[in-house]
Amino acid sequence: MKEVTTASFEQDVLKADKPVVVDFWAAWCGPCRAVSPILEQIDSETDKLDVVKVNVDQEPDLAMRYNITSIPAMKVFQNGEVVHELIGARPRPAIEQELAAYL
Amino acid sequence: MHDVIIIGSGPAGYTAAIYAARANLQPIVLASSVEMGGDLMTTTDVENFPGFPDGVQGPDLMFAMQQQAERFGADVRMQDATELELDGEIKRVHVGDEVLEARTVIFATGSAYRKLGIAGEEPLSGHGVSWCATCDGFFFKQKQLVVVGGGDSAMEEATFLTKFADKVTIVHRSEHFRASEVMLERARENEKIEFLPNTVIEQINGTEVNGTNQVSGVTLRDTVSGSTWEMPIDGVFVAIGSDPRTHLVHGKLELTSEGTIAVDGRSSRTSVPGVFAAGDVIDPTYRQAITAAGSGTVAALDAQHHLAAHPAPALVTTPTEAAL
Repeated sequence: MKEVTTASFEQDVLKADKPVVVDFWAAWCGPCRAVSPILEQIDSETDKLDVVKVNVDQEPDLAMRYNITSIPAMKVFQNGEVVHELIGARPRPAIEQELAAYL
Repeated sequence: MHDVIIIGSGPAGYTAAIYAARANLQPIVLASSVEMGGDLMTTTDVENFPGFPDGVQGPDLMFAMQQQAERFGADVRMQDATELELDGEIKRVHVGDEVLEARTVIFATGSAYRKLGIAGEEPLSGHGVSWCATCDGFFFKQKQLVVVGGGDSAMEEATFLTKFADKVTIVHRSEHFRASEVMLERARENEKIEFLPNTVIEQINGTEVNGTNQVSGVTLRDTVSGSTWEMPIDGVFVAIGSDPRTHLVHGKLELTSEGTIAVDGRSSRTSVPGVFAAGDVIDPTYRQAITAAGSGTVAALDAQHHLAAHPAPALVTTPTEAAL
């Protein structure tokens, strides 16, 4: 799963030609560590969307720009806009269901 | 066919796994895909677990327990039990499409955070309403926060949040606090913490910021005078306790009036033979990491005893076979 920074965000997320799930996470967040392998799997199993992650500790500007106040926060970007969001860790079937429209 | 399947991976589940594994029962642990390690995964300093004079980080303690169980042969799977068939000698545990069979099941699913059940809570959840201070405190630097609750977890969250927030107000419906003296004292001595006893939150209010609705305040009510007022606030952390997580066994195991799984005396035996329960899911009173761990031990020993008293069906010699 690609790590996206403030500098690469426009290219990797906003200008991407397919939906991008951005996982806002941090090392201190237990539920983030739980959800990360699930997103990693989804990313490797599909070409229809990209899953990338943003470390809120290192990229506070991005966290602020997208009003992150709870993590893990997974936001789906399409054509530069947030079209869907999931907040909080969930089991894989629940995450897949949330992302079904983009898979 | 397995000897024992343990559902849950908090201190009760992992301790049961350590004991069962050391008894050569090769337990399967369904640790859950997102809640493995249980509540301690979102706790920072654990200062009351014996053996750690300098305290221990919750996740570190849980990873250590997992490793200890695995060292003796426990098969820890980051999967969720989705359905249980508990009647009969062979128990079936569904994990999505897969069905696992076992002669005993230890149920140690703990408890789930209780919600306030008030207007604004659900829509603003993740937008300023949080159940995890260690996850979300970071986003409230120099902000004003409310922590709801009067127990140890409320005091711990409030104290932790002062690392980030300018001010934390503890709102509690009565003037009696269930929190331990040491936690209460620590919160009282903290200059950034203010106490608002005899007060409840009636409603959480939001305002639109950059296209999303974020928490902007709460409506409070004095439980003595009945008067209500508004308080501008940036975030609400809910720490009002938890309810036993029993949805998988509704109608299958007897529950107590408190909603916990009923067990026989000091044992872990549930209303169904071969099914044992341990930890917070059977405990309406103490609910500590160490009591859960002790309870997990009881369940593993009870399961072991049951297995010895009820030999595996395949090994039972029928009268006809004996005659041959």
